Amino acid sequence: MNSLPVWPIMLPLGAALLAVLWPRRGAWIGVAAGLATLAVVGLLLAQVASHGTQVHTLGGWEPGLGIALRADSLAVALLLMSSLVALAAGWYATGYFSDAGRQSQFWPIWLLMLAALHAMLLSADLFNLYVTLELLGLSAVALAALGGGRAAIEAALRYLIVGLLGSLAFLAGVAVMYARYGTLDMLALAAVIEPEPASWLALALMTTGLLVKSALFPLHFWLPPAHANAPAPVSAALSALVVKAAVYLMIRLWLDLFAPALDPASAWILGALGAVAVLWGSWNALRAQRLKLLAAYSTVAQLGYLFIFFPLLVALPAGPTRDTAFGALVLMALTHAFAKSALFLAAGMIQQHAGHDRIEELGGTARALPVTTFTLALAGVALVGLPPSGAFLAKWQLLSSAFATGQWFWVPVVAAGSLMAAGYVFRVLGFAFGPGDGVMQKLADGREEIPALLLAIIATAVLGLGAAAVWDFVAPGALLTEAQR
Amino acid sequence: MLFAEITYALTGVGLFSLGLRGTLLRRSLLGRIIAINVCGAGVFMLFVAIAYRGPGQAPDALPHALVLTGIVVAVSATALALALGRRLRESKHE
Amino acid sequence: MSLETWLPALIVLSSLLPGLVIFMLREDDHRLRTSLNLLGAFVKLLLVGMMIWGVFHERVFETRWTLAPGLDLVLHADELSVLFVTLSTLLWLVTTVYAIGYLENAPHRSRFFGFFSLCVTATVGLALAGNLFTFVIFYEMLTLATYPLVAHKGTPEAVRGARIYLAYTLAGGMLLLVGAVWLRTLAGPLDFAQGGILGDIGGLDPTALSWIFLLLIVGLGVKAALVPLHGWLPQAMVAPAPVSALLHAVAVVKAGAFGIVRVVYDVYGVEFADSLNLLAPLGAAAAITIIYGSVRALSQDHLKKRLAYSTVSQVSYIALGTAIVGPIATIGGMVHLVHQGLMKITLFFAAGNYAETLGIHKVSEMNGVGRRMPGTTLAFTIGALGMIGIPPVAGFVSKWYLGLGAVEAGAAAWVMPVLIASSLLNAAYFLPILYRAWFREAASDWPAPSGHSGRLETHAFLLWPPVITAALALAAGLFAAAPYSPLEWAEIIAAREYRE
Repeated sequence: MNSLPVWPIMLPLGAALLAVLWPRRGAWIGVAAGLATLAVVGLLLAQVASHGTQVHTLGGWEPGLGIALRADSLAVALLLMSSLVALAAGWYATGYFSDAGRQSQFWPIWLLMLAALHAMLLSADLFNLYVTLELLGLSAVALAALGGGRAAIEAALRYLIVGLLGSLAFLAGVAVMYARYGTLDMLALAAVIEPEPASWLALALMTTGLLVKSALFPLHFWLPPAHANAPAPVSAALSALVVKAAVYLMIRLWLDLFAPALDPASAWILGALGAVAVLWGSWNALRAQRLKLLAAYSTVAQLGYLFIFFPLLVALPAGPTRDTAFGALVLMALTHAFAKSALFLAAGMIQQHAGHDRIEELGGTARALPVTTFTLALAGVALVGLPPSGAFLAKWQLLSSAFATGQWFWVPVVAAGSLMAAGYVFRVLGFAFGPGDGVMQKLADGREEIPALLLAIIATAVLGLGAAAVWDFVAPGALLTEAQR
Repeated sequence: MLFAEITYALTGVGLFSLGLRGTLLRRSLLGRIIAINVCGAGVFMLFVAIAYRGPGQAPDALPHALVLTGIVVAVSATALALALGRRLRESKHE
Repeated sequence: MSLETWLPALIVLSSLLPGLVIFMLREDDHRLRTSLNLLGAFVKLLLVGMMIWGVFHERVFETRWTLAPGLDLVLHADELSVLFVTLSTLLWLVTTVYAIGYLENAPHRSRFFGFFSLCVTATVGLALAGNLFTFVIFYEMLTLATYPLVAHKGTPEAVRGARIYLAYTLAGGMLLLVGAVWLRTLAGPLDFAQGGILGDIGGLDPTALSWIFLLLIVGLGVKAALVPLHGWLPQAMVAPAPVSALLHAVAVVKAGAFGIVRVVYDVYGVEFADSLNLLAPLGAAAAITIIYGSVRALSQDHLKKRLAYSTVSQVSYIALGTAIVGPIATIGGMVHLVHQGLMKITLFFAAGNYAETLGIHKVSEMNGVGRRMPGTTLAFTIGALGMIGIPPVAGFVSKWYLGLGAVEAGAAAWVMPVLIASSLLNAAYFLPILYRAWFREAASDWPAPSGHSGRLETHAFLLWPPVITAALALAAGLFAAAPYSPLEWAEIIAAREYRE
């Protein structure tokens, strides 16, 4: 029995405990844990790439009562994303918090959040998903409240209340599933699931809960204030990772577990809400006065794109076209995570330098921080979906799927969304040009600027040029249940 | 399904709805927190109802375990909410 | 690992790598920066020379890289790509020299030359693109690389002009993308093939193909400045002169026109496109643009704006040549790609010289400038005469072939009036400038003389480029019948595009 899947969870969890015991060493523990987790995930990636899905049952107890951890390629791809983003944001955070009190509060919760996220990605039964979802939510709320000000705490409270309602809805769905099928293990469920009212009710309940957590329109209202008022590394993690977790669960449920029980028309609702999210989020990002608020609304819009994939994936018959579209969905999620985290880290740098993040007045700061401005530009390119970023290839495949399934009405939405994204990205970048002397000093603060730059480079160059590797890894056997069918 | 089972299940649904209504409509934070706990209680009732296997038989242990886990999670969440609420009240007095 | 696989990629990298390094150089490191620039330009020239030799000897150069399932990035050298790559490389070298002279002591040069190199990388990439997917990628990268160049000065007008430029080109790029995705989904991976491929694939819905054509042409037409999509071009005149020269002669406008050529000849195939009745609207748009551009140019006093509208008009000759079905018209359109580039860049270099050396921005200030700056004005004259279509400058050759091609295709009735009217209008807005420059006395002191007191009329780096490009424009016309001339190259291409 392979014990490797345990480590991505245990390392951050153990480190969180250590950070509570030794608060002054928090930063060291955090970065060390991040590196170790990344290494372990790398090993897991190699294993899954060569041998397929890896399984580990905790304590040797069989699923049913015991907890099984399953690492398939979708989970591992997201694990890699999470480890990289968390490492970069964590490294950034070592320089961000000037107040020692904040530092000692930050690290334990940060590591706990990471442990919860990894546990969710590796979970193989529905109840475990609920528990890890709650853990993730609670730690995210605590991190969001670290900003300290009244606005941050109010936003965090709203996030908490709304998130709890969502989790309870999810739990109710889990209850219905157990009532009908008598098991919660996903592989076992996949074998027996039927298209019938019990399944639909469960799916509806769980989806409602997840829609709240993934901030899909119209349940998105909690996101912009929470992400905008949190400290920069927290915003990065919230937008890039926490919200993605909910989308991951949607993928698991709609495209994996419940796939044979679905009615294709129901996916159209998700797509429609996604389309509205794209337009509404982009519009508000265009009008935003503050950089971090712009980034938060941009997250709402970008998640909308991910939801537009759902009706397309449900409508496509199994085969290479569907695999390509699925790979595109994963690629877009990955690119967004890296680009958005880079954007938030860069925005944090700017805010620290200028004392504010009002876009209109950022000109001088942008010129004084050329590396950060370059990071903003790279991240912006990935957010708009311009080549050579991974998002461009994902967008191409999205449009291609829309044409292939005859659902061409998504095309104008995606086009309009991209153009509006270009509008708000270049609105910010336009301020980087101005009269004045050239800048003599290139790098202002390596610890804060380099992680953001690396994240942006991954989003724009690595995922763009190496996208074929993502497709090769994810498309075949990505889903738990496909291995079985 | 037996009468008891149905009663528990319906109570659970009823509590869930009441709690939902309370969370959305109440103004005070404390009221909302209590309402969410009511919501949670409703879901736990559902699980308890599911655990029933018939007269004279031992109930299914798994849903009970799930309920216990759920209670722990609910308590932690409530604690966090109360702590944040207190912080909020303190900041109002600054 | 062979040369055939690597050469196209190397040509693209030869400006990308120096560009990336230049970004990181310090502002005052001009020696290293200049050396990197020139080194990149010469290396590229060398590599292109090798490619020309290879293509003439029937070697096949192709770099292929799979980016996504079913989507390959393909860089392929056929005669048409070699034509455009050679033009771009030569003109890049010349413009680099000019820019070094123009921006002496200006701020932000590292940034400028970095994006300059990226711009050429993108241009060369789309010249060598072997399928529509690759073309779209480099087309969008061109937009990204040129935006900072337009905004370079940083003044509110520059930023505003750049924003308008971006709005137009991104919208056009979006339409191009949608059209390309639709076509790819409909018809499979389409590598460019001489003579077009869509005609061979049966069972394609003509209505869908027509809509796709519309999307593609509108998307490309934004950069190619087809009326009414040309609005960004006069606004982009806020850019420094080397940028205007590059944008209008080589990079952006030509990219759009080149794209139209590719779509009509190597994707649809000119006979197939004609059978779908797609070429008539294209021809009409081209004709309208030719006349409109020239008419607007008449009323501009600002020299660069006048040249901008002239560009709007002149680039549509290429589209016109594409829209007329017949090898001779094809030759005319394609060879004008080269000729217009040479002539227009000369004119913009000259305009930049007038502005830099004497502070002249308007035509009304140009009295007697021929006496003060004879070399520049001579170059300007050659360029202007070529634009009008007076032999032996190259412009005459392109117009001659277009006219002849129209007659051959039976389209003389509407094409000839357009050609004649356009030449007359060109004369109407260029000849007065020449008259003022040579035959009028200078009114008073020049608006802002730079105090350049060397032996030459202006900085050597500013003088030699226009002289060289003017000489090339003249040579392309005089020696059009010689082997290896642009005309002969265009004849080879045209022969391959038509099936027997």
